[in-house]
Amino acid sequence: MSTATITEERESTTVEEREKPLGGRFVGWAANYIDERTSLSGFVKELGRKIFPDHWSFMLGEIALWSFVAVLLSGTFLTFFFQASMVPTHYTGSFAPMRGVEMSAALDSTLRLSFDIRGGLLVRQIHHWAALTFVAGIGVHMLRVFFTGAFRKPRELNWVIGFILFILAMAEGFTGYSLPDDLLSGNGLRIIDGLIKGLPVIGTWTSFLFFGGEFPGDQIVGRLYTLHILLLPAILVALLLLHLMLMVINKHTQFAGPARTNDNVVGFPMLPVYASKMGGFFFITFGVIVLIASLFTINPIWNYGPYDPSPVSAGTQPDWYIGFADGALRLVPPHWEIVFLDRTWSFNIIVPVLVLGLFIVLVLIYPFIEAWITGDKREHHIAQRPRNAATRTAIGVAGVIFYAVLWAAASSDLIATHFWLTMEGVIHSLQALLILGPIVGYFVTKRICLALQKKDREIALHGYESGRIVRLPGGEYIEVHQPVDEYERWKLVGHETIEPLVVRPNAKGRIPWHQNLRAALSRWFFEDRLAPLTNTELEAAVAHQQHSLEHIAHEEEEEIRGAHARAGFPDAPLEPIDDGSHSETAVKPTHLIAPEPEPGSKPEKNREKDSDR
Amino acid sequence: MAHEVEAHEGDRSYVPSPGLAVAVQDPVKVPGLPPHRERMTDKDPKKMNGAVRAVYTLFYLSLAGSIWAIAAYMLFPIEDGQIASIRANNLYIGLGIALALLALGVGAIHWSKAIMSDKEHIEYRHPTRGRDSTRAAAVQAFADANEESGFGRRTMIRGSLFAALVASIVPGIVLFRGLAPQSTPANPEAGDPVALLNHTMWKKGMRLAHDPSGEPIKASDVTLGSAVHVIPEELAKLSHEEGYLDEKAKAIVLLMRLRPEQLPAETNNLDWAYNGIVAYSKVCTHVGCPVALYEQQTHHLLCPCHQSQFDVANGAAVIFGPAARPLPQLPITVDDEGYLIAQDDFNEPVGPSFWERH
Repeated sequence: MSTATITEERESTTVEEREKPLGGRFVGWAANYIDERTSLSGFVKELGRKIFPDHWSFMLGEIALWSFVAVLLSGTFLTFFFQASMVPTHYTGSFAPMRGVEMSAALDSTLRLSFDIRGGLLVRQIHHWAALTFVAGIGVHMLRVFFTGAFRKPRELNWVIGFILFILAMAEGFTGYSLPDDLLSGNGLRIIDGLIKGLPVIGTWTSFLFFGGEFPGDQIVGRLYTLHILLLPAILVALLLLHLMLMVINKHTQFAGPARTNDNVVGFPMLPVYASKMGGFFFITFGVIVLIASLFTINPIWNYGPYDPSPVSAGTQPDWYIGFADGALRLVPPHWEIVFLDRTWSFNIIVPVLVLGLFIVLVLIYPFIEAWITGDKREHHIAQRPRNAATRTAIGVAGVIFYAVLWAAASSDLIATHFWLTMEGVIHSLQALLILGPIVGYFVTKRICLALQKKDREIALHGYESGRIVRLPGGEYIEVHQPVDEYERWKLVGHETIEPLVVRPNAKGRIPWHQNLRAALSRWFFEDRLAPLTNTELEAAVAHQQHSLEHIAHEEEEEIRGAHARAGFPDAPLEPIDDGSHSETAVKPTHLIAPEPEPGSKPEKNREKDSDR
Repeated sequence: MAHEVEAHEGDRSYVPSPGLAVAVQDPVKVPGLPPHRERMTDKDPKKMNGAVRAVYTLFYLSLAGSIWAIAAYMLFPIEDGQIASIRANNLYIGLGIALALLALGVGAIHWSKAIMSDKEHIEYRHPTRGRDSTRAAAVQAFADANEESGFGRRTMIRGSLFAALVASIVPGIVLFRGLAPQSTPANPEAGDPVALLNHTMWKKGMRLAHDPSGEPIKASDVTLGSAVHVIPEELAKLSHEEGYLDEKAKAIVLLMRLRPEQLPAETNNLDWAYNGIVAYSKVCTHVGCPVALYEQQTHHLLCPCHQSQFDVANGAAVIFGPAARPLPQLPITVDDEGYLIAQDDFNEPVGPSFWERH
């Protein structure tokens, strides 16, 4: 490759400088010392110039990664001050309204680290905000991976790992949220206790063991703390490293584009470009979190006071990522409980738990379902545009709507009070929406995707609408369609099509039931599709476009000549006199690559100035 | 590089199935990389100098932010009891750190975008699957190990190994029984969650008292339409160490007074009410939040957590929301001095349902 030759040349020209190694003598000595003991040079050789593709959506996962680093750093600071104990004490710190109130050591130490340690409140708020952006970052990253099909072979396992990370992040969030032992988090734990108790067979004992006796007991904060700072983070960090290692091994996906194929990665090297971009992005993520933490209060436990089972404030909300579970509890209709075989079956708990469990499992195993339907065993490194996988995108949108309705339901009371609606009306609407929303969303999305595919095809074959209206000699007005360049065209048509499975009887002359199911699913997925474009078709269409452009240019010229002749100026120039109003460019996609200016000509800005004169 | 790729591919026999994907005979051709467009900083040395200046200015700005954060730490101490000082401390330290981080990040990214080479590189992928020779060697390693150990052949060793391994985990799990207390002769209920959940601290004759003061309530003081938050009088005497919160979590009660004609005998147990005064458990039968909101006009109770609604005029039956059962009623009456007292404990477990409840 060209870079390699350049490096070699440079090395051969600098033989006399060999005495002084790169970075100075000390760095050279240190590098040698480490390499002789660790073989680190091999690692640097492999990864130093590793290529990463560039796209804004590829940095969504980084938001999660860097938020997690911010969570780790701020959380470690907090552990130096927080006491995970429910031993009762009387608050004597500097927050006057709470002085003398009996509370657990956990809340007491949280108040002290907020109000008696300089910057303590800031770090606490950084920790909480970073936790929120951490889960949010994972969420949008997962949506990107899902909708671009980046979970396909060989990345199915990394999808599973990533999804477990998402669950762990929520578990971390919930255990952390409950630590201060304030009124709000105590009510959250009360709900968890009720939820666990409602589970068949294991519920009562699980709650009894978890809380170390009856709710609330005096054990739960210490236990959640161990989970929050030891067990869950250890698993999370291990899986995160595995997730990143697999990303390096599989190499990142890229979108279809010029020179970008399934067999390569086109982009910029790790050193220096991505080291700088990713490092910079860490500081930006962290900086934004700190900015939010310094400007906006979060979880003002000092307003809530210590946990007491009796009071509760209306309109309280869980942290956003728990909302969907809370919403699922709210949407259950009344009286869903029976006594059967002398045992209490709390279907108002069992059903939401099962529905959410099923939802989570379906998302977790989706890559394997799709792989089974398509039977495709090839590796896929090109991220699909969502429109080109219409059924998957529609399923994804249905899932997003399902989640969003549950999420909205967690705020049903606030929706009712803020919009002056009845509580019952809001709940009933959301119940209907939970079932109808995904169905409608599915069909609408699928149609939109197919329509977008047709539009892409139309633009590739017939050019884009340039906005230039031409009058032909016959008096007819037409809009000129301008062909897109080959790079843009490739983005529009560079994808493959999958056909539905046609089942045939096996050697015994039977069609097994699972093949019938697979065929039904694959019909569902791929029945509605656009046949792939061949190169011959495309070249013919492009030639046709060029032909009609020439024809229009010719007709246009005729028309102008005719008009000039009729006006009595047959020799007038065909180009309009440029008074500046014609120099604006035609409407075209902004991502088209503009032609290079002729060598020696001035940049466009100056050219415009010239024409003004 | 090209010959290297071929060498890799040569060692692979596996051609993955495309499944249902359509192989187009005459596919559209991938265009090569478009001609590289120079950035302004590549064309104009002045622009390049400007970009360099911008980057180091941002880094110096970051330095200033860090210094400011340290200065703010000293300049804005927290003064005892002064909320405004906490706010200033939080704000100014935070803004300093935010500036330090953001300027550093923006500077680094500007450096990479405007100054570092923006020529795209191409790196080839290799199939993730190991080469045939590697896979054969891996299989051989297992085969040799199997041959030398007899792992596959000696089924008694293998079976007993698995049994021992699985069994070795069980004691660790059993130890977790210690998470919750066990029954003792002195306290036979301590290790039995069902027994504990079946009763509260309410007893016959125990006075109803205000929450949290513990001041007993006279029936004559409960005005029509009012709702009172109630605890057992004895609860207020318990300390936190003696299980105040555990007892309170079960014993909290809401007391409401309606006109007697609003409580029809067919849907209410009038023996448990006194003169239109009824007492219901405040713990929601859904997942246990306090049902703290009373709507006087409709005499409905609303749980603020999941919006279950209970009709007090109708034996606290569920009229909306995810709860399944009415709130348990505390049977009450008055003592000689006119104070409200409990006739007995609740006759069913309070709070959320559980498996062994019935």
